[in-house]
Amino acid sequence: MGILEVKGVGKRFGGLQALGNVNLSIHENTVHAIIGPNGAGKSTLLNCLVGKLMPDTGSVMFDGQSVLGRKPHEINQMGISRVFQTPEIFGDLTVMENMMIPCFAKRDGAFRMHAFESIAQERDLIAKAEKMLSDVGMLEKREMVASSMSRGDKRRLEIAMCLVQEPKLLLLDEPTAGMARADTNNTIELLKQIKAERDITIAIIEHDMHVVFSLADRITVLAQGTPLVEDTPDNIKGHPKVKEAYLGETQQV
Amino acid sequence: MFGLNKKDTTFLLIVIGLTLFTPILMQPFAEGSGLAQFNGGYPDLMQKVAIFGIFAVGFNILFGLTGYLSFGHAAFLGIGSYSAVWMFKLLTMNVIPGILLAMVVSGLFAAAIGYVSLRRSGIYFSILTLAFAQMCYKMAYSVLTPLTNGETGLQLALDDPRILDKAIEGSSLPVTNIFGLPMNSSYKLDVMNHVFTFSVGFYFCAVIAILAFYVAIRLFRSPFGMMLRAVKSNQHRMNYTGLDPKPYTLAAFVISGMYAGLAGGLLAAMDPLAGADRMLWTASGEVVIMTILGGAGTLMGPVLGAGVIKYLENIFSKINESVLHSWFHWLPDGIEDLVVWVFARFTGEGWHLTLGVTFMLVVTFLPGGLIEGLKRIRDRVKNGKKKRDKYDDPDPDHHPAPTKRVAGE
Repeated sequence: MGILEVKGVGKRFGGLQALGNVNLSIHENTVHAIIGPNGAGKSTLLNCLVGKLMPDTGSVMFDGQSVLGRKPHEINQMGISRVFQTPEIFGDLTVMENMMIPCFAKRDGAFRMHAFESIAQERDLIAKAEKMLSDVGMLEKREMVASSMSRGDKRRLEIAMCLVQEPKLLLLDEPTAGMARADTNNTIELLKQIKAERDITIAIIEHDMHVVFSLADRITVLAQGTPLVEDTPDNIKGHPKVKEAYLGETQQV
Repeated sequence: MFGLNKKDTTFLLIVIGLTLFTPILMQPFAEGSGLAQFNGGYPDLMQKVAIFGIFAVGFNILFGLTGYLSFGHAAFLGIGSYSAVWMFKLLTMNVIPGILLAMVVSGLFAAAIGYVSLRRSGIYFSILTLAFAQMCYKMAYSVLTPLTNGETGLQLALDDPRILDKAIEGSSLPVTNIFGLPMNSSYKLDVMNHVFTFSVGFYFCAVIAILAFYVAIRLFRSPFGMMLRAVKSNQHRMNYTGLDPKPYTLAAFVISGMYAGLAGGLLAAMDPLAGADRMLWTASGEVVIMTILGGAGTLMGPVLGAGVIKYLENIFSKINESVLHSWFHWLPDGIEDLVVWVFARFTGEGWHLTLGVTFMLVVTFLPGGLIEGLKRIRDRVKNGKKKRDKYDDPDPDHHPAPTKRVAGE
């Protein structure tokens, strides 16, 4: 029994069957990659997991509870954090404030009227945020305005914001999309380090095969809205079905 | 001190000092001198600055922090005034119950209007608040005449019940007071031809304004204030960080509505009548202009904006053609008439033109408002006339700073 169980999930947009009968099981403390060509339904699937989309059929169980019909912030409070394709951070705020917000969210829930408290007095939360920042190597940037950083640093910050909530499941949506090679490698190193140091389950959607094969324990290949194969990276590499999905039908020359 | 850090405490003490000495600071010119008409130290103007300062500070909690631009905040100002006047009519001329009721009632209205309006954001939110405010205005003007006395406005009358005061009342209309001290009583001090007026009304407003300002500082520095800035910055990320932006924005809306109600209650406490005009959309626009002129999202900006606008409104509108002629009588006749004609466009009735030009210049050259101007002057004084480029800009809110480093360092 995995921490995330997706059973028979289907989603139709008008005439397009984006997802048809997806079954997926993500096990605790593994890195599970979902790959597939453009339009395979990867992002649709992810959006169904975090409450952005409601699937037409099927069920999504997380940690024994259904996530369907819940709002994104409720699903986050259950223990799922998501990193977006383009880094979603609080650009107007400083790096440290960016870190404090998830700390407050974790401790106080979706809403609390803490209008007469002082941030400076929350020593536990500040220590926690600083520890996380130093773990990802950004402590010296704590007073920087988040929007002024490079894309790689924004990604790093976003991952740190998710990790400081100690999620049970971390969802990464193309974490290296549009990044320079150096930033991509930095991000891979960061994720490897996270995987080694923490008990965390990661689901990752990615185009970049280099990223997938350096991180994943299991890989699911999605094509035209249905899972094609699920296996270990080594077995996926030479799989004929995967080649077919990515390159089109093999032709006899 | 007061739960603030050292910098904020100093800041608050300076604000308190400036506020308490306003009657002296705003009266820099000797009586009878040519510049005496620029003196702003009379109670009516100072009270207005304090009251509209409160209004703008409250508005800024919503607009400056969450970025939601309400175009209907005057509705809460009007509702506050009506509530306070009803309290004066029914219970007592002591202003405290009236002001409390003003805050409660406008808070309730803000909760209802905010709940509906906050379903949308951006321009749609602004239009919704504008629509609600115009509805309030129209209802006060016509449908709700029994409650609001329509276009005449709600006034005191001799036969009002005034349950607590009836026994001690004379045959003339009573005046608003605080525990027996009338709001309109004042003490005049004549020092070297400078006349300083210290009035109960102004000091009452000033004390409340300081309290309101203190609450705003605490709010700005609290986790709640940080969440409101997060709403402005990225609601998407907020949702996926396990936070619900809706109650945060609604709370900010209600708080700023209560500030507006407090300001409305104070207006009624200074002059116990309430008219529907107070809710008109131009009044809503005025507080937007005050906040942007002073500097949205800053603590002191809205107060500064309120001060500048109320000063322009009261002082520039007093300068008529005969005053201008007395200024320029030394010019040759033809030129004098020309100069007076030009200046007359910007003074008297034309003071709005002065306001418009000021606003245009500030928004164009100081997007952070007058506060940004003051900051620049301070930096200039501190650092000398150093050449600056965009990378040195200290204001990330209005000029997102491009990074100096290259990607990946």
